This record gives sequence, C-alpha cells and structure tokens, in this order.
Amino acid sequence: MDPFINGLRAFWGVWVMVFFCGIVLWAYWPKNKATIESYGRIPLKDDENEER
Amino acid sequence: MSILKHHAKIETNVILLMVGILLTVIIGGIVEIVPLFTITETIEKVEGMRPYSPLEQEGRNIYVREGCYLCHSQMIRPFRDEAERYGHYSLAAESMYDHPFQWGSKRNGPDLARVGGKYSNDWHVRHLDNPRDVVPESIMPGYRHLHRPLNYDDVVANMKTLRVVGVPYTEDDIANAKADLVAQATTDASTDALLQRYPKASVGKKDRTSDQITEMDALVAYLQMLGTLVDFSTQTPDAIR
Amino acid sequence: MTQATTALGAKEATPYVDDVIQKFVIAATFWGIVGFLVGDYIAWQMAFPVLNLDLEWFSFGRLRPVHTSAVIFAFGGNVLFATSFFVVQRTSRASLFGGAAFGNFIFWGYQLFIVLAASGYVLGITQGKEYAEPEWYTDLWLTVVWVSYLVAFVGTLYKRKEPHIYVANWFFLAMIITIAMLHLGNNLAVPTAIFGGTWWRSYEVYAGVQDALTQWWYGHNAVGFFLTAGFLGIMYYFVPKRAERPVYSYRLSIVHFWALIFLYIWAGPHHLHYTALPDWAQTLGMTFSVMLWMPSWGGMINGLMTLSGAWDKLRTDPVIRFLVTSVAFYGMATFEGPMMSIKAVNSLSHYTDWGIGHVHSGALGWVAFVSFGALYYLVPVLWKRKQLYSMRLVSYHFWVATIGIVLYITSMWISGIMQGLMWRAYDSMGFLQYSFVESVAAMHPYYIIRATGGVLFLTGGLIMAYNFYRTIRGDVRTEAPYEAPATVIARS
Repeated sequence: MDPFINGLRAFWGVWVMVFFCGIVLWAYWPKNKATIESYGRIPLKDDENEER
Repeated sequence: MSILKHHAKIETNVILLMVGILLTVIIGGIVEIVPLFTITETIEKVEGMRPYSPLEQEGRNIYVREGCYLCHSQMIRPFRDEAERYGHYSLAAESMYDHPFQWGSKRNGPDLARVGGKYSNDWHVRHLDNPRDVVPESIMPGYRHLHRPLNYDDVVANMKTLRVVGVPYTEDDIANAKADLVAQATTDASTDALLQRYPKASVGKKDRTSDQITEMDALVAYLQMLGTLVDFSTQTPDAIR
Repeated sequence: MTQATTALGAKEATPYVDDVIQKFVIAATFWGIVGFLVGDYIAWQMAFPVLNLDLEWFSFGRLRPVHTSAVIFAFGGNVLFATSFFVVQRTSRASLFGGAAFGNFIFWGYQLFIVLAASGYVLGITQGKEYAEPEWYTDLWLTVVWVSYLVAFVGTLYKRKEPHIYVANWFFLAMIITIAMLHLGNNLAVPTAIFGGTWWRSYEVYAGVQDALTQWWYGHNAVGFFLTAGFLGIMYYFVPKRAERPVYSYRLSIVHFWALIFLYIWAGPHHLHYTALPDWAQTLGMTFSVMLWMPSWGGMINGLMTLSGAWDKLRTDPVIRFLVTSVAFYGMATFEGPMMSIKAVNSLSHYTDWGIGHVHSGALGWVAFVSFGALYYLVPVLWKRKQLYSMRLVSYHFWVATIGIVLYITSMWISGIMQGLMWRAYDSMGFLQYSFVESVAAMHPYYIIRATGGVLFLTGGLIMAYNFYRTIRGDVRTEAPYEAPATVIARS
C-alpha cells in the first residue's frame, strides 16, 4: 500500500503544480489582461440606480 | 495554449467550476487522511489497551456531555516539562477506542490523559462538587448535579453501537454489561469477572452521598482509569517509537 | 419587495428576490448579539467562576459551544446567506433560483438548525467534537438545508445573463461545496437508537488519532472555507462596490482563489503538532500552513489596494473603514496563523490563550468587521432608504469595537505566552517552577481585560442594531455629514 500512496502523492503534486502554473500563465498572459480586468467592473454595472 | 483557453471555459461554466473546486479540495483530504487509516504504524502495538468498562463508558458519555474537553486536554506532548507534570507522552494506541477522541485543544485546566490514580475518589467527588473546596484558585464550574442517579438503561445499546464502529466488545461483554456496571459501582461486590474483562478498572462506590449509582460514580470511574492501562515500565522503546 | 430594482444595461428589469435577504440580515444582527453576549458571559466566567451558578445549563462546558455555534454558524452563516444571495443575483443579473418560497425554506430551515443545535448543547446533547457539536439529527437537517442552498445558488448562476461568473461567486461556491464535504466527512456517526438506545446520542465512526485528524481537517477548513473563503466573497463584492471602483487586480483574484482553496485544505494537522498524530502528517500540515501565507496576503493586497486613489473615503465613510480594517485584520491573522503553525512556536502557543487570541483577531477583526461593513451597506439598499439613520453611530460602533478587539487580543497574547512560559519554567533546583493552578491564578487580570473588551464589542453590536432599527423605520438623524477636510477649511 505504501509505495502506491507515495506514488499517488508525487503524482498529484506534479499534476496540481502544472495545473496551477497554467492558471497563473493564463491569468497573467498579456493578451488576456484587458478581458480579465474588465470582469472587475461587473459589480459596478449591475444596479447603479440603487440607493445607499 | 490549450490549457489557457481551458480556464476561460471553467469560469463561464458553473458545472466545470464546481468540479474544479471539488477536485482541488478533495486531493488534500485523500493524500493526508486516507494513509492514516491504511498505514499500520499509525497506531503502535502496546499491551494493556482494552475497551472501556460499561461504567467507564457511561462516565465518558458524561465527560462529553458536560464539555470537559473544552478546558482539559487528554494528549501529553513529548516535552520534558509535560512528562514531569503529567507523565509519559500519550500514544496513539491509548485513544484507539475513543469515539469520539477527546484530545482537546485548550488547557484552561490541566491535562487529564493520566489523571487516573493521582487523586483519591473522595478528592474527585469533593472537587466536582465545588472545585474551590480543594483548589482555592480553580476556575472550574461545580458539578453538584452529578449526584443524581445514573440512567444506564442504554448501556447495552451504547456498547452495541460502539461495536459497530469498531470497539471489540464480545458477546460476553455485552451480555454482562449491566451486571458489570453495577458491580463496578458497588463496594465489596464480586468483581473477579469484571476485572477479567476489564483489567485495572477502578472498582467500588465513589459517590458516598448516595446509595444509588450516580453519574458521579460513572464519571469518577472513568477519570480514575485514564492513562493507567499501558504499563510503561514494560514497554520497549521500539514498540512506542 | 420582490418586484425590485431595475438592472441597468439589461433590456428588462430583473426582479431580485430581496425580502428573504432582509430576513437573513435581521437574523444575522440578532444572532450576532446573542453570540457576542454568550461569549462575553463565558469570558466573565473564566474570571469569576461563580458565574457558572453551579447549574448544569449555565456551566462553561455547555455554554461554550452555544457561543461558538452562535457566532460562527448563526451570525456568520446568516451573513453569508444574505450576502451570497444578494451578490449572486446582482452579478448574474438574475433572480434567485426557486424564488421567494425556496429562499424562505432555506431561511427558516437554517434558523431551525441553529435552534436545534443550541438547545441541544444547553441540555447536554453533543457529539463532543469542537465546532461540530450538533448530534446526528441536527446534522441531517443541516444537510437538507445546505443542499437546498447549493441548488439555489448554482441555479441562480445557471440562469445568469452575465457571461462571466464574478469572482465573489467562486468564493461563495467553494465555501458551499467544501463545507458540504467537510460536514459529511466529519459527522459520520452511528445513532444508538438503532439498538434501542436514546434518540439523541450517536458514536463517531472514527476513533482516536483518525478521529483527531478528521476533526481538524474539518475544523481548520471550517475556518478556511466558512470564515475565510465565504467572507472573501463578501470582500470581493462589497469593497469594490462601496469604494465605487473595480477590484485592484482581477487577475490576482483568480490566482488568489485557486491557490487559497488548494493550500487551505492541507493545513489542518497544525492543530495536532507534537500529538500522537504521525510526524509526516504534522510536517505536511506545517508546510502547507506556511505556504498559505502567500495567497492570504495576495488577497489582502487585492482588497486594500482597491482603495488606492480613494483613501480619503476612510475618513469620510465609516462603512468603508469597517471593510478596510477587516482586510487589515485578515492580513494580521493570516500572518500570525502560519507563524503559529511552525512547530517550535506551536510548542509554546498550543493549549494556551494565544490560540484564543489568534482566533478572535480573525473572528472579530476580519469576519465580524467585514460582516458589519456589508450589513451597513445592505440595510439601506434592501429597505429602500436613502441612507443609514446615522453615519456617526457607525463611526462610534467602529471605534468601540476596535478598542474592544485591541483589549481582547493583547490580553490574550500576554496571558497565552505567559501560560506557555510558566508551564515550561524550571527553578534553579531543576524542578518545575509553577504548579498548574498558579498559571490559572496568574491569568485572572487578563481574563478581566479580555471580558471588558468583549463588553465593548457587544456594545458596538447593540449600536448597530439600533441604527438598523431606526434606518428601517425610515428615520434620519440630524448630524453633521462627513466631509473632506479640504472643503471644511475652504468654508471657514
């Protein structure tokens, strides 16, 4: 059981790291900047007539 | 750049986002928790561990009910000062029949992992009545209500349930549960069979204010066995790591 | 109330389901005060044990779960329901899935869960696992309510008109899913009733060391997902909204999200340092806890920097002050946490008041403050009032509560470190210098200071409740408005 679990651990570690690097790369890819940052405006455009 | 396009899909698709979250949070649990159940060295093999006697288990239920674990730990760490104050550091094996575990997370009061045998039964009863009678600086609540009779109608059901979750009570243990409970809480009762099944159990009436078996009897019987089962003078260092 | 606000930019009005959110806001305010009150009462018990009254229903051991459940699940939970339902509808430009009826089921179902749990504790019905005390029947009921919550939330996202799912919703969704997983995983128990025993008792399927790790996998991630991810969802909506500018970096928020939810789930074993838990698990827990510092501060920077270019709002808007201070406390607590998870530090801090102080710098400073900020935003919007009854009262609340927190955490730092040092102190003869009870006696002044801090924090909660009551009635207090100092100078 031990080698199997150790293998699983190593396997997941690498897999997750690659996946995470992919997310960072995608998020910070220069071409994507404008699109992604535009999402930040979503809360501001929904209901500007609401009073507070 | 297929992986990059992938993320755009995740964030616009609810189901994919949910699956991504679930996978991400499941990995930690699988890698960290599952081996604890499968690796055999997690729990040392030591002599002396046994399931709780019926009276001790009823006492443990009271310990849980009153929330004792919120102020008292039952887990001695391997430090010199803790060893001198409380005794040998706790082994995983020593809580192997604890459903639920009561290691605690805070010491508003001292650790209780090895409190068994340190004080007399009378001390415990007086202390639980009003802690400040015996320890003036104590901030523990008083537990006079424990003098009420112990309701042990459920002791068999409790033991059968514990057997389902892995405590090795035998048919014999369960058949004799009520008799064992009464014998353990009665002074000068015949306890040979009880001690055969539950070695080192603390026998005899604890709560001398009542002729009936009280919750106090059960709780003190539980406290008096805590940490007494494993004899560390006979354990080899190898066996306990 | 359901026929509400027109979403700008959309062709037709989106009827948001807001009356159920109003109920959650009122419930959050109510349970918050109950939770603070019980917490402060048990704090006084630790200074003056006579307050236990020697009655079983008032003893510390039974009231402590009432406090923790009331503040975490009742106050925090109702805030999460209110804000997540508000945010998911606005940012999706869609009305709540299932409508008002489904929302009301979730609302009343959740309140029933709270009452079942709390009444059980007082009567001695408990599983005996910290923060997971409710017995099996309460756990099952919560599961029903929680799955309904998931359905309502995901259903709303599913019918959204906005193509992108706003990041606040990711955090809410991660919170809902992970809490479901943790709740089911940690509460597997067999009721004694199946063998004819009482209906209100069960035994956990795990024992000892396995139960301990499962419990802290649950316990730590209840902090990580309920009290952190969920409230980060609040931060990512209400800070930009109140500051009237988009979040500092949306790209950072994406990285923040995935890093946080991945790392958090591993950190549980730091609650079990130097115990009988195998060393490899302890080390793994410590490593991930230290790494967790990075995404936590990424999130803090994102929240704080959203204010860049608008720092003057801190002076003129006490609601923003609550929100921003909460993020600062979040940064402080998430620095302290990884530090305390280092085994050498933990050997001193574990089992002491330092842990209590740490939890409260997060709970009072971060969770409660971001909640107050969100609630102050929500009340005028939901009840269609032009403004709060009084901004001055918001400011008083802020200062009273802040002083309360400072008293609380500084006294617990001192008492915690003192306890840890007294327990391990040796005299010149090589004996332990202090008996345990001497360390208890030494805590007395700090317990009084802590409980006094609690009184202040509770007072702040009462000021807020009064402000809400007057706002909902439609009153506006006559008071000098907050202005930029430059204007004031120019006038005089």
